[in-house]
Parts: sequence; structure tokens; C-alpha cells
Amino acid sequence: MTTPRKYVRTEDAPLLPPPATEAGITGWLWQNIFASMSDFQSLGAAIRSLFMILFSLLLVYLFIDQTYGLIDFAILSAVWSDPEGLKREVCWTVQQGGSLPDGWHGACWPFVWAKQKFAWFGPYPSEELWRIYLSLIVGSIGLVWALRERLPYRRQVGVLMLTLYPLLAFILLTGGNSDASFTGIGVWIIVGLALISVGRMGAAGHLGTIFAELAGIFGIVGWGIIALNVVRGIVAVDFNLTPVGTGDWGGLLITLVVALTGIVASLPLGIILALGRRSEMPVVSVLCTIFIEFWRGVPLITVLFMASVMLPLFLPAGVNFDNLLRALIGVMLFSAAYMAEVVRGGLQAIDKGQYEGAQAMGLSYWQTMRLIVLPQALTHVIPGIVNTFIGLFKDTTLVSIVGIFDLLGAGQSAVADAAWSTPVQAITIYLYIGIIFFIFTTLVSIVGIFDLLGAGQSAIADAAWSTPVQAITIYLYIGIIFFIFCFGMSRYSIFMENKLSKSRRH
Amino acid sequence: MAASSATKMQVTEEVIIQMSQVNKWYGTFHVLRDINLTVNKGERIVICGPSGSGKSTLIRCLNRLEEHQSGDITVQGITINNDLKNIDEIRREVGMVFQHFNLFPHLTILENCTLAPIWVRRMPKADAEAIAMKYLERVKIPEQAHKYPGQLSGGQQQRVAIARSLCMEPQLMLFDEPTSALDPEMIKEVLDTMVSLAEDGMSMICVTHEMGFARKVANRVIFMDEGQIIEEKEPEEFFNNPENERTKLFLSQILDH
Repeated sequence: MTTPRKYVRTEDAPLLPPPATEAGITGWLWQNIFASMSDFQSLGAAIRSLFMILFSLLLVYLFIDQTYGLIDFAILSAVWSDPEGLKREVCWTVQQGGSLPDGWHGACWPFVWAKQKFAWFGPYPSEELWRIYLSLIVGSIGLVWALRERLPYRRQVGVLMLTLYPLLAFILLTGGNSDASFTGIGVWIIVGLALISVGRMGAAGHLGTIFAELAGIFGIVGWGIIALNVVRGIVAVDFNLTPVGTGDWGGLLITLVVALTGIVASLPLGIILALGRRSEMPVVSVLCTIFIEFWRGVPLITVLFMASVMLPLFLPAGVNFDNLLRALIGVMLFSAAYMAEVVRGGLQAIDKGQYEGAQAMGLSYWQTMRLIVLPQALTHVIPGIVNTFIGLFKDTTLVSIVGIFDLLGAGQSAVADAAWSTPVQAITIYLYIGIIFFIFTTLVSIVGIFDLLGAGQSAIADAAWSTPVQAITIYLYIGIIFFIFCFGMSRYSIFMENKLSKSRRH
Repeated sequence: MAASSATKMQVTEEVIIQMSQVNKWYGTFHVLRDINLTVNKGERIVICGPSGSGKSTLIRCLNRLEEHQSGDITVQGITINNDLKNIDEIRREVGMVFQHFNLFPHLTILENCTLAPIWVRRMPKADAEAIAMKYLERVKIPEQAHKYPGQLSGGQQQRVAIARSLCMEPQLMLFDEPTSALDPEMIKEVLDTMVSLAEDGMSMICVTHEMGFARKVANRVIFMDEGQIIEEKEPEEFFNNPENERTKLFLSQILDH
């Protein structure tokens, strides 16, 4: 028997409770606040701790100093009410002819209260506002229901929100009773049914091999036409509601309609484009790539101008798309292109083994994508998806330059009201709009804090020079320049992707 | 045990795989060269050979994870060609276990196992779960059914992958280096599962360097080099009397430790 070495244990070491710096409230305080500033064991550590204390205090001071100005303007010095109905005079200093002390600087909230309805709904008729409220209430309940975990029928509610709700909201907001002819709709539905029948016959092999392969496409197009025309039919029904054209919509209503349509449409479209771009079928892949690169390479502002100014020039006389609908389609396709690239990033992160595992079990391409690849890929890129959503929401302010009164546009026209003309009027309304945007974007992502006013305000200056032909030319020019730069960046990213992925291949 | 396995491990006359004059290239690299192989139902074949010799490519051609460019492959009487229906049919009947398990990390063990029966075989969920539990018990981890793959050890994950393939009740199992990514102490639990599967009469083709396993269950050992089958023998013969110089070199390298 040899003598045991000192470092070889002959019995178990006792299990000890953690030191105070690791657990409980003291542990939390230590790890989160004092860890870097309370080490005085050596001279160097003490100097570092002192420095950290001073630096922390400086940061706290800067934060308070910066926010105090805002808090003072928005809350402490602000005028909150106008009981006597003085309008602009309630926010005037003595020097300006009012009653506030000279040198006063604060928010003029009564101005905002007076413009509240206008900022939220624009010139929408007051007696029809219940229709907006009803859509918003149904929408919020449906949204919360579909997003909350563990509620019964969650999936069904989600499907209804994506199918029936947009239709309901559209009829409520516009009043339905569109002038589409039921005969035309009937003809289109018959065309759709015919296409589906051709598809069925092709699938059964009655029409030769080429048709057998194209059968699926016939079916999809047929069903698409039928669905579109059923919607057109429902919208054409007279529900005995006063029609409110989209020209009478405005403010937050427009912002929400544009942003929500863009958000809801961009994810599925983006997924399809991303899958298409990665497809092994060259035609599909090239078409998706061209689509993505085109829409990504053009600034949204150009897209909106194209949609509202240029598109009508190409349409035959008498055919007139709604201005808002044109902008909506532009925003939708634009954000879908961005979303496609975010999703593609996620798809590339999925290991080849996942595809092989699914294929070896006999899952089809779509089953593999839906059940295995997309759930994982989308989880990886949630930050990017949310980023795109938030960017899209803020970019909706750009529609104000093509004559659509969104929240920012409504705010700007409110500023022009002479009855409320005070020095702080503009600041107050922009503060208010900023707050609304902030609340909505915070709802989308409670994590980030973003510069909210910048994107919209840049649009103000542009609206001044929108003479028809000059505008088209200059925006086209700008569009081309942007496109060259963006396309260059995009090509470089492809180069980097190829370079990086080489090391990961087996 | 030995007696029962001897009776069960019967090779039948029914042909399950027929490969004739199969060639495959990766670009200009000729990776499979004139492969001719017939496997009967109930056979347990071990394929070994140096890295890059085309072993994995060969078995991946059997369920069309890789495409061969010339020659014929028939599995269960179905020819593998560009017809997607044939490929789907073959994949339903051929299970595959991978080196890196390829479990789906976002699904629980039970969901991993029921996925294919539900979506490919169109089985009701309750039936699929019953089958999944049966095979999870068979690989001795029913208690892990509601965990996620990331919470299991490598050996447990590979046993789940085996159970997942078995849930499709395949006629043939392909193993692509199933123990190469495992820690030494986990290799045994996976090999035990595979041995018991073989004893139950499952036809299997196994790419592996586990020579103990080959000796115990294989009825044929195939040695590949540079894309060709250069030796094929019963295990005892293969280990004791290899003919080809390349085989001798390979065996001396992996056995002399």
C-alpha cells in the first residue's frame, strides 16, 4: 500500500452554500450594480473602482440632464387644458398677448386635444366613426386572442383574422357597395372553375404529359381567381352603409392600415420569395432574385411616387385604381423583398442534415419546409423580422408625400390652423405624434428604442417640389442612383456569403 | 440468446436491393465505380473502407439522398429514377440513421417520432403516439418522450433517431456511421440497440468501423476503396483471411491498437 498523495481525496468534499455575492438580493446587487465598483483589495483595484463610481454618477447625471428638458417641456411646464376656449391665446406669453409669463416654453396640449379626431382619423365623417371603432375593437380582440398562448381556438381565430377580418374591416371602413358588376364577377368565377377542371383533368392524365405537370398551376390560378372574385362580390353588396372613400381617410387610421397590410402581407410573401430564391429550379430562382433585387434597390419614396404618379399614365383611360390601394401594393411588395432576405438568412442557418432527415422519412418538399425548416429558420431571424416590421411602420409616414394623409400628414395640416398659432404649436404636435409612434413601435418590440421622428420628417421637404413631370424624372434619376448603390451592396453580400459558406461545407 | 438469434437471423431468398452497374460522379470525380450489389431480405451487411471511398454515397443512393448517373437501383422492386412517386414510396419503406442524428431540435422526442407516421402515412395522432411509445420503449428511453433532443445525451439521441425510423415500420434500415459522433461510453448502448434490431430479423446495411459489431451480426462484410467494392466476405473470413492488399492494410490499421 502506497501513501496517498495529498491532492487525492480519500473522502467526499462537503457541499457548501454559495457565498453572499452569488445568491439572493445581495448577490443580485453585487452582480448587477456594485461588481465593478467596490473592489478595494489593492491600490489598482481601488483606483479602478473609484473611477467606475465617478463614471456611473456622470452617466446618471447626463441621463437626468437630457431627459429633464423633455420632461419639463412635455409635462412640468406644459399647458394641459383650455377651459375658457381661448384656443391659441391659452399658450401665449404676456409679450405675445397672452397670460403666460415671458420666456415660457412648454407643450400646448389643448391644441392636440382639439385636433385629436383629425390626427387619428383625418376627415373621416364624425357620425360614421363607430365603424372605425368597431373595426379596431374587433381587430384588437382578435389579435390578442390569436397571439396569446393557451387560449382555446387560437389557430382558428388566427385564420379568421387573416381571411375574414380584412374583408370585414374593408367593408366597415369603405361602406362596401363597390361598383363592380355582378355579371363580370360571375364570368370570372366561371373562368376560375374552368381552369380548375382543366387542372383536374390534367392531373388525371387525360390531356397528355405536359398538362399533367402543369395541373397544379392551373388549380392554384383557378382558385386564386375564384377567391378574388368572391371577395369582389362580397364587397359589391350594398350593406346600406354610407360610402366613405379612401380620400376621406386620414391620420393614424391610414398609418395602421398601411402598416398592418404591409406587415401581414410581407411575411408570407417574403417566405415564398425566399424559398423561391433558394429553389433548385433556375427559372423560379432567377425570377425571385430579380424581383427581390429590384424592389430592394429602389427607395420606398420612389416606389410610392411611381405608384401614385406614374402608374395611372400606363393604365387605359377610365381604369382608375384607388390611390391608397396603389400605395398599399407598393409598400407590400417593397417590404416583402426585405422580408425575403431576412428569411433567407434564417434558411441558410439550417443544417443540411435537417433536410436529409426529413427527406429520408418521406416528407415532401412543402412538408419539410413547413414542419421542419421554417419553424427553425424563422425562430433564428425573429430580431430581423421585427426590425423590418418596425422599419415598415415608420416608413408608412412616407405616404404623406403622395397626397395620403397619414398621422404625420394630419399633424402637419393641423399645424397650419391659424386659430391655434403659437410658437410651441408645431413642437407639441410632433411630440404627440412621436409618442404615438413610440407606443406602437414599443408594442412591436419592447426591447429597442428607436429614433422615431426622423424618417417621417425627411419627407416634408420633398413634398414641396412635386411638379408632375419634373418629379417623375428626378425620382427616376434618384431611383437609379440608389439602385446602383444598393445592388452593389447586395452583390458584395452574395460574395461574402459564398466565401463564408465554403468553410462550412462537409 | 445465441440460439434464438440464430433462428431469427434468417436470410430469405427475397431480393430487397438490386444495384447493377451503378456509377456516380461528383462533378468530374468518379465517386462510385460500377457497383453491383444484391441484398436479400433479412441480410445484415456491414460496409467499411477508408474515408472517401464512397461508402456513405452508396447507401445514400439507396433512398435518393444522392442521385446516381448511370446503372439501375431497385429497392423492394421499385426502380429509383426521376419519378417522385417512386422516390416517396421507397423512402416510406427505407429507414435511415445518420452520423449526426439529424433529430429535429424544435420538436419533442415524441413529436420527432410521430411526425412521419402522421404526415407521410396519414395515421391518426393517437395511433402514431402509441407506435412511437412502443419503439421508444424498444430503444429503452420511453421516459424521455416529452423532452427535447438538446436535453439528451448523444447516445440517447441516436437511439431516438433509430426509434424515429422504426416508427415508419420500414422494410430496410440504413445506418450511416451511427456511432462515429459518439463518446466511447455511449457507443455500446447504440450498438446494443442495433444488435437487438438485427436479432429481430431487420434487413440492414450499415456503414461502420465497429468491427466487433460486424463480427457479431453481419452476414456479409463489404470493403470499399476508391469507389469500388473490392472485397466481400463473411465476417470471420473477412477478418481472418482478407485477400486484397488494400483490405489487409486497412484492417491492420484499425485493429492494431
